[in-house]
Amino acid sequence: MIRQLGLILRRDIAVLLLGRGNSGATLPILFFLAVAMLFPFAVGPSATILAKSGGGVIWVAALLAAILPLDRLIEPDIERGFFDQWSLRGIAEEWIIALRILAHWLSFAPALMLATLPASVLLGLDGATLRLVETGLLAGTPGLAAIGVMIAAITAGLRGGAALAGLLMIPLAVPLLIFGAGSLANGGSSGIALTAAVSLVLLAIAPFAGGAAVRAARG
Amino acid sequence: MQAEPRPKANECRLKAVDLACRRGDRVLFAGLSLAVDPGGACHIIGANGIGKSSLIRILAGLAAPWIGSVEREGGVGLIDDRVGLDPQQPLGRALRFWARIDDRIDEHDSIAPSARLGLSDLLDVPVRYLSTGQRRRAALARLIAQHAPIWLLDEPLNGLDHAAADLTMALVSEHLDSGGICIVASHQSFALPGKTTLDLAEFAA
Repeated sequence: MIRQLGLILRRDIAVLLLGRGNSGATLPILFFLAVAMLFPFAVGPSATILAKSGGGVIWVAALLAAILPLDRLIEPDIERGFFDQWSLRGIAEEWIIALRILAHWLSFAPALMLATLPASVLLGLDGATLRLVETGLLAGTPGLAAIGVMIAAITAGLRGGAALAGLLMIPLAVPLLIFGAGSLANGGSSGIALTAAVSLVLLAIAPFAGGAAVRAARG
Repeated sequence: MQAEPRPKANECRLKAVDLACRRGDRVLFAGLSLAVDPGGACHIIGANGIGKSSLIRILAGLAAPWIGSVEREGGVGLIDDRVGLDPQQPLGRALRFWARIDDRIDEHDSIAPSARLGLSDLLDVPVRYLSTGQRRRAALARLIAQHAPIWLLDEPLNGLDHAAADLTMALVSEHLDSGGICIVASHQSFALPGKTTLDLAEFAA
């Protein structure tokens, strides 16, 4: 059982992180950097405005970058029969979804946190703010990954599922954004603690919601 | 969760009682019962859209019947039009993934079926470059390496040439000889020793 799950995780990471031909994990990161690069052009180079709003921009860009790969998180595997074959072998959908959340997180969060370093330079953030943004992202991205996989499972097989997934994900991500970006305003760790708490709740719910959605989609 | 032990235990069984299947508002079939013992085979026939694939998925436990129940003893191997192989991976790696999931760690076991199915030269080719027939044969290789006692085949001859179709029937015969069960849903003729034929039209509601 553990061995099988290890194999599935390895395959998920190979598909999501290194998957060639579907641009893998690089496109969301480039998108994230593009937002950080465009923002100073849009609001002007005033250092005070940028320093004040930069952290929030990084959070919004991170959220949008996490939405980009939604349509290839679950649906391709349903279409190709992977979920059927796993189910026949008695591997519960909940496990698959939990592994997929981990693989999805690995495919975007570490790279995103790394890309936050150049982004913070572009936005003129100081060291203390950068540290807050990074810890906040560390606490918040698992929650974003959980919402992403859950929504991808719920919208799999629907026409226009990809667009709908983006729309559905945004309201669910609002608590993460409020607490995560909010921690920047008061400089305290309470916001980050709340972000982590929201992430944990989402991580606990997502495998069950996603598993039920995959079974329902099977029909 | 555990893979079936080898050699195949002659304890597999498939029994369906009073099945009915509904899609949307339409009842596809009703009152269908079926029992297959080790070494037994059943050929499900019927026109397109009559519910052959739905029946296979119900028997596999992937879909719930509207009415009725299915009892299965033994692992189930399924072939349908979704082959379950990653398109960007080389065929050999994609097959090895399932062989490992099924606990067939020795190389020979995961590669031997491929040789017999004429896939040896294709093991390095990414799955997305394979033709329909080649994918079908790859799915067969996956099924054989799974060593599941119950085989459910949904239109297994689609896209196969004559030689490959003959080979498929030969493989199914061998599976039955070794005490396995096979249910084939196909509108094409399928030569099976000692098979029963089930015409879904008789159960259409």
